[in-house]
Amino acid sequence: MQRRTFLKGSLAGTAVAVAVGAGLLTPRAVLAAWPKSAFKAKKIDDALAKLFGTADNTPSDKIAIKAPDIAENGAVVPVSVKASLDGVESIAILAAKNANPLTSSFSLGANALPQVSTRIKMGKTSDVIAVVKAGGKVYSARKNVKVTIGGCGG
Amino acid sequence: MASKTIKLRARAKGDTVTVKCLIKHPMETGMRKDKKTGKVIPAHFIQEVVCQHNGNTVLTADWGPAVSKNPYLSFAFTGGKPGDSVSISWVDNTGDKDSASTKIK
Repeated sequence: MQRRTFLKGSLAGTAVAVAVGAGLLTPRAVLAAWPKSAFKAKKIDDALAKLFGTADNTPSDKIAIKAPDIAENGAVVPVSVKASLDGVESIAILAAKNANPLTSSFSLGANALPQVSTRIKMGKTSDVIAVVKAGGKVYSARKNVKVTIGGCGG
Repeated sequence: MASKTIKLRARAKGDTVTVKCLIKHPMETGMRKDKKTGKVIPAHFIQEVVCQHNGNTVLTADWGPAVSKNPYLSFAFTGGKPGDSVSISWVDNTGDKDSASTKIK
């Protein structure tokens, strides 16, 4: 009998914990539909699958990545992505060998031109991958960037 | 609430408006350790940046911790003219936020 009440009690406790957990998570969900699972993904394919719904992508020469060949400081690597495709919906920038490859994702409004520039951190020498979703299809391009001082950890 | 963290410029060239902005933010990954105490510095990074032109959203950026400290963002859109307003707002993982707006030159 006592064991039964104990079980009931612990079950109720778990339910409360779950509710509190959900409660804590809601403000963030309200702030932004931030794709946490995609940013936490440790593999490029996982990150893409979670971001675009598919890991398949077609290499395209219509995406231009502007990044230095050698980045002296991995903490600040300027990257520009320009796509000359029609109907670009979103652009994502990944660093292939970072612990969490996805660095940033941009969703474009109706009037936005398919080009973004930003600065990212890179842990070590690897490819910068630009993934562009246009007209329901996913295209990608990559460029190798040599990093002399890593920008993650320290 | 953070304040005055955004430097924003918008310039029109013909029909195309180029927006450049710099945000002051530590962009802490949550993986670095404090060298003195050996403790992990908690993650603190911008998660979402929303850019609007005359109240219409032009670009929404979802950022992870791998965007550099004091992030720079530049993008372009069509259909803007000098005098229109462009605004940027960001929210980070601690719920901190800021916004700024400027007129297109």
